[in-house]
Amino acid sequence: MSKLLSVEHLTMQFGGLKAVNDVSFTASASAITAIIGPNGAGKTTVFNCLTGFYHPTHGRIILQREAGGTVELQHLRKHQVAARAKVARTFQNIRLFAGMTVLENLIVAQHNRLQRASLFSIAGLFGLPAYKNAEKDAVERARFWLDRVGLTASADVPAGSLPYGQQRKLEIVRALCTEPVLLCLDEPAAGLNGSETAELARFLRELRDEHGLAILLIEHDMGMVMGISDHIVVLDYGRKIADAAPAVIKEDPAVIRAYLGEPEAA
Amino acid sequence: MLRTPLREALLRPLRDGALAGFVALVLCLPIVGLPTSETANGLILRPRIPEAIAFAVAVFLGRFALGVAEAGRPRPVALIALLVAIAAPFIRFAPEFSAALAIGGLFVALRASLLAFPTLAGRITGGVKIPPVAIKRAPLVILALLVVLPLTPVIDRRLLDIAILVLTYVMLGWGLNITVGLAGLLDLGYVAFFAIGAYAYALLSISAGLSFWGALPIAGLCAAVAGLVVGGPILRLRGDYFAIVTLGFGEITRLIAINWSSLTSGSQGIAQIPRISFFGVADFTATPDAGRHAFHELFGISFDPSHRQIFIFYVILALALAVNAFIARSRKLPLGRAWEALREDEIAAQSLGLNLQRIRLSAYAIAASWGGLAGAFFAVRQGFISPESFSFLESAVILAIVVLGGVGSQLGVVLAAIVMIGVPELVRQLAEYRMLAFGVAMVAIMVWRPSGLISRREPSIRLGAAP
Ligand SMILES: Nc1ncnc2c1ncn2[C@@H]1O[C@H](COP(=O)(O)OP(=O)(O)OP(=O)(O)O)[C@@H](O)[C@H]1O
Ligand SMILES: [Mg+2]
Repeated sequence: MSKLLSVEHLTMQFGGLKAVNDVSFTASASAITAIIGPNGAGKTTVFNCLTGFYHPTHGRIILQREAGGTVELQHLRKHQVAARAKVARTFQNIRLFAGMTVLENLIVAQHNRLQRASLFSIAGLFGLPAYKNAEKDAVERARFWLDRVGLTASADVPAGSLPYGQQRKLEIVRALCTEPVLLCLDEPAAGLNGSETAELARFLRELRDEHGLAILLIEHDMGMVMGISDHIVVLDYGRKIADAAPAVIKEDPAVIRAYLGEPEAA
Repeated sequence: MLRTPLREALLRPLRDGALAGFVALVLCLPIVGLPTSETANGLILRPRIPEAIAFAVAVFLGRFALGVAEAGRPRPVALIALLVAIAAPFIRFAPEFSAALAIGGLFVALRASLLAFPTLAGRITGGVKIPPVAIKRAPLVILALLVVLPLTPVIDRRLLDIAILVLTYVMLGWGLNITVGLAGLLDLGYVAFFAIGAYAYALLSISAGLSFWGALPIAGLCAAVAGLVVGGPILRLRGDYFAIVTLGFGEITRLIAINWSSLTSGSQGIAQIPRISFFGVADFTATPDAGRHAFHELFGISFDPSHRQIFIFYVILALALAVNAFIARSRKLPLGRAWEALREDEIAAQSLGLNLQRIRLSAYAIAASWGGLAGAFFAVRQGFISPESFSFLESAVILAIVVLGGVGSQLGVVLAAIVMIGVPELVRQLAEYRMLAFGVAMVAIMVWRPSGLISRREPSIRLGAAP
């Protein structure tokens, strides 16, 4: 498996608190890499550093480009991470464009491509065909993903009116509409019931196996993490305490002590 | 409704009423109780302590009555309040007191009867669903009416003037709706761009001899440039901070207009701004200058001073429609959707690759340019401009039209402009109560229709066919 992302000595300090403390790990292409750890371990902070929401105090985040070469994410701003590095993310608390329809949410995700096709909206203002076609493509891409997660029937309703589980799915396919090389999911199974979680796990596996997508997954649902991850990174108090395959993590005494302390959680 | 025992039903309202009465007393003593009046010997104080106390008592009674109504006895309260309101004009005490008593009584009666008949309340407030068909057809009907309006016999000079004024505010409301409604930025200084457009036309036409049609795009451009320059640094600010800075920008623009006398002739204003011409081809005068044509000669009709006014009406109609068409179009473009996405959730939008700064700036500058065009129109119509026309109150009125109409709703802005601008102009006697009406309308909207008169949002694109 080829290395897609490598995080080197990442440190994020807030005042006196090192939320992430000298963490290094790698994520491979076409693989699911899980980041786990107790509450407040620094998982979301790692994502925020990766996606330009925080600028890390130290460390480098290096992404291999499809076209060859690398790009360092710690220098990019939020919107550049998606636009230039093709890293997409979801949020621990769902963030949809609640007043806009499901389809509009997915079209907005393709903004940069459409903006170029509409010559920065000027050609679009006069309804030139180049933009019409680009928009048609965008709708087709949206329809493809909506079909995959069974949301096609709800395409024209406001995103905010969807039930919780469907909002989670929509947020994921919205990220997918940016055509990412790396998808970062922050607790996608939170609040889902058993069957919804199983469905999500199947979907993520398909994304990896059929679309060759690399996924970074923060998740508290250990069943799901152990089931679908190729590789697990464990954080505790901002430090990396383990980094291995699921089978090894399960047996790791440091992890059990820090995180899987309660027997039933293991 | 839960009916609490009488003792309890009176105790809390008594306490609340006493508190409200006390606050009212503190406020009323200096404001009502110690007015000054000007005499030949200078300012003197004419204490009116009884009046001040009467106001405080009225506030106590009003709050007490509301409390009793809320505690489960709305019917008697409604009845008594209504009687008080009816009797108020006959109380020979102080005219303001009668007015306050009447308004307060009506308010308490309304609130209490809404509590007494909740189903009725539901039907009046939440239950009013403007049918979608009506919303769909209304624009066409309104447009058709407007197009033939100047040609109908019922219209006179005054009515046409009011129509032009309302349309100016409609245009400004639509322009501001780009920032407030679509991009979700609270701009409290929109009038600045209106002023910049007005001064741009006035100065260009007087000093450079540019015609209205030549100066119009330049006025729009000036406002857009101002929007870019100001917006660049301040769009980094979040929510409230942004609103405050725009408020300051609006005031600063007015102060510059007052103080840069060499350019703007200060608070005297600029008079004799050249009138509008028929697309530069002909003038609206009985006797054209040498080498110019007259409009009536061009069409072989007899001269009528109302021609110019009718032409001006069509110009503002066309300008307003241009804004509307622009908004309708841009909502279906990536840029318009990006504005809305940033309004809905700026963090999510940025994570999808949207450049917050640039997209917001575009909304701000585009709205500015429409404001500038409206300003140029204002200048050519009035023939005179002064900084007074561009006070914060104007920004507030335009914003009120947008909020009242329904943020983001085009039709709502039209209705709100008619209600807020047209009606007070039509019924001059009401003009004094305009600010009061504004206040009441805003409170009513906030309580019953927090998202405006018309809050339906039409999706910009559909997967299925439109229903
Ligand atoms: N912007 C910030 N400013 C100050 N402290 C922060 C900031 N963001 C995160 N922290 C702190 O950093 C630590 C790690 O937070 P983080 O959100 O990354 O945890 P997490 O692993 O995602 O936890 P959870 O499982 O509860 O989501 C916490 O102590 C948090 O309070
Ligand atoms: Mg977290």
